[in-house]
Amino acid sequence: MRPDKFDSWLTVDRRGLLCRPGGFYIDPHGAVERAVISHGHSDHARPGHEHVLATQETLAVMQARLGTAARRGTQKVAYGEKLKLGEVTVTLMPAGHVLGSAQILIEWKGARAVVSGDYKRRADPTCPSYELVPCDLFITEATFALPVFQHGDARGEVAKLLKSVGQFPERSHMVGVYGLGKCQRLIALLRAAGYERPIYLHGALEACCALYESFGVKLGVLKPATGPKRDELKGQIVLAPPSAIADRWSRRLPDPVTAFASGWMRVRARARQQGIELPLVISDHADWGELIQTIAETGAEEVWVTHGREDALLHHIKSTGRRGRALALIGREDEDQ
Amino acid sequence: MKAFAALLDRLAYTPSRNDKLRLLADYFAATPDPDRGFALAALTDGLFFRLPLRRILGELVEARVDPVLFGLSRDYVGDTAETIALIWPASETSREPPRLAAMVETLQSALPMEVPSLLAKWLDQLDATERWALLKLLTGALRVGVSARLAKTALAEWSGVPLADIEEVWHGLRPPYLELFAWLSGTSPRPEMEGRAAFRPLMLSHQIEDRELAGINPVDFVAEWKWDGIRVQAAHQAGEKRLFSRTGDDISGSFPDVVEALPEGVVLDGELLVMRGREVAPFNDLQQRLNRKSVTPAMLKSHPAHIRLYDMLFVGDEDLRPLPFIARRARLEAWHKIHAPLRTDISGIIDFASVAELEALWAGARETGIEGLMLKRRDSPYIAGRPKGHWYKWKRAPLLIDAVLMYAQRGSGTRSSYYSDYTFGAWRDGEDGKPELVPVGKSYFGFTDEELKELDRWVRNHTVESFGPVRQVEPKLVFEVAFDSVHRSTRHKSGVAMRFPRIHRIRWDKPAEEADRLETLTALIVD
Repeated sequence: MRPDKFDSWLTVDRRGLLCRPGGFYIDPHGAVERAVISHGHSDHARPGHEHVLATQETLAVMQARLGTAARRGTQKVAYGEKLKLGEVTVTLMPAGHVLGSAQILIEWKGARAVVSGDYKRRADPTCPSYELVPCDLFITEATFALPVFQHGDARGEVAKLLKSVGQFPERSHMVGVYGLGKCQRLIALLRAAGYERPIYLHGALEACCALYESFGVKLGVLKPATGPKRDELKGQIVLAPPSAIADRWSRRLPDPVTAFASGWMRVRARARQQGIELPLVISDHADWGELIQTIAETGAEEVWVTHGREDALLHHIKSTGRRGRALALIGREDEDQ
Repeated sequence: MKAFAALLDRLAYTPSRNDKLRLLADYFAATPDPDRGFALAALTDGLFFRLPLRRILGELVEARVDPVLFGLSRDYVGDTAETIALIWPASETSREPPRLAAMVETLQSALPMEVPSLLAKWLDQLDATERWALLKLLTGALRVGVSARLAKTALAEWSGVPLADIEEVWHGLRPPYLELFAWLSGTSPRPEMEGRAAFRPLMLSHQIEDRELAGINPVDFVAEWKWDGIRVQAAHQAGEKRLFSRTGDDISGSFPDVVEALPEGVVLDGELLVMRGREVAPFNDLQQRLNRKSVTPAMLKSHPAHIRLYDMLFVGDEDLRPLPFIARRARLEAWHKIHAPLRTDISGIIDFASVAELEALWAGARETGIEGLMLKRRDSPYIAGRPKGHWYKWKRAPLLIDAVLMYAQRGSGTRSSYYSDYTFGAWRDGEDGKPELVPVGKSYFGFTDEELKELDRWVRNHTVESFGPVRQVEPKLVFEVAFDSVHRSTRHKSGVAMRFPRIHRIRWDKPAEEADRLETLTALIVD
């Protein structure tokens, strides 16, 4: 193992990305003895680890979703707090992706590696903003790593939704949202746009909203979508997980306009395939511009690309004179669904 | 451009006709002249820009985007124009985007060499949705699921002026339709149509019901064949020759052969057909001509068009519409005897003495080119729309086969949670000699809402595999499918294509093995 040869001490096996001198995995796919978890989405925070280290918010999400965050012990770390793990020093820094999301800075013998986890650099009223962490090796996500992905201002998309609510007052507006993060961000954006009516929730979204509120994120009046009479939902906004919006669950709603808040909605074929009537381009991931800006700003000479569309990003990395490598990690889904 | 782009974007994703009407009406109400007039022109195929767009865009993008990244993006997005709209680098110096009218007018007067830099400047000033809309506008094909007629219907709903009145003035007007909007918003009178070749809304018929059939007698009614083409109006007035579809779309460009032959001073009603000698060709042949904006000399020769005349609305300045049908018919025959324009003839009157005789005629109507019978009151004036009690159509009985449900796809709009679009197949012998199903058609109507619920449940319980919105089901459910005719097709694996297939009955009781074989369908091919 040599600090300047990153692949000698940060290696990938079938359980995931292993920091050998630190003795821990980062967001492992399989159950491990010691895991550092970047954030609570299910393809990063998996069940069955003995020891888990994460932010307090991420631990709370894991507790809520998995029943328990770890089999033996958890350790919470504040953003910016330096912690010795084996021979390395680990620091979690805000990633701006969802509540509790962190980049993981690993320092070993003068070398600095950052695992980005998932991140975005745009403002999000429901979680602390991304902080740039200079490093030698940057391991980045690449969910939206094509130059066609340039996410616009989310406020414009919310205005589009509200305009449609005004234009079709006899219909409900059913918006597909990912339960952790997108749901609460959309609610906060609606509130910021002056929308004060109750927002109706599919049952699967309630726990995460309650969790956000327990951490001080204000979401206004939320009501279950399953209780009220059909007519009460006319002209209302109803949030539901993506799997529910095109299925039988939606039949309880009065003539719903099917919307979906996701970065994928920028591409028409994606929206059409899913039968979406009102696509809202709102993403919790870095777009192409943010990815290449971040790579440049970290100062990293070597960049590894995890899940996503790595071809385009590697082409860019190599054309800017950096060393690049694709990390084939199993178990990462097409994110931001 | 902002409002127009937002409108197109929303229309492209909106399946429901009524919702589209609302979006259009809101746009016409909120948008000033002349922007809304140019938008209307774009929606009704009234704007043409002859630009080498592909080449211009190719050069512009090459100068701005790494070709490897463009290629990867194009592969992912699946559409070149959309890729360009999305990938165009955000400009530092972006300003307020130009108005739609300003762009159209600038482009119409620009020299070819100025176009690339104009386009680059605009693309810099627009956001991704606006760039997409601009490129759609320039290609001349919006493809947002809005027909010219739907756009006019939205004008009618917004203004309260009847659609027939709008259609009647439509073809005398030009973009940006200032006169039209002034009239529709009540600030000026109806535009004067004297001496302009205009579309006169057609008189349409009702499907006859059994109890009405009993009341048909030869004293009050005449019978004609209902020809299997498309209803058209041919006009030559004020020096302009026009061919209009039933909905008032100008289709003169696709049918120069029949338009050329029209003598001056007449408005005629008839059926557009493809005819070879005295033979009416199958509807499929007409379809070949309908799908083209311009027609090649080879096509004119191989698929010659023809109008079989039913009625005459104007001759000279005289409006014949108030006259009884029989009187108009006599004028038509007299006129045709004198002028006998090429590529026209008159649809014959069929003699009948009783309803029983009519029924025999109807039952025997299997010949190519005949869709059924028409029954018209002798004393009917020509009334726009579908007046009750005047004209009846009596379509020949549909053909039927029993087919097996193979795939079901989610519907759109209010049906998006239901598997409502069905692909069905017929049996044939597979390569291994065992019977296999081959898809022969697709349909999403003919059943009730209650039946849809049952079908949806059945599909979910019998799914073999899912491919996105499509489910393959166990080959166990039989549909009795009704259709008008069947044609040879090279685009389908089965080699056949059905016309207007609809689910006639769901045969919950029938074992799938007893459904029809492909040969049953091929035996019914008429061409």
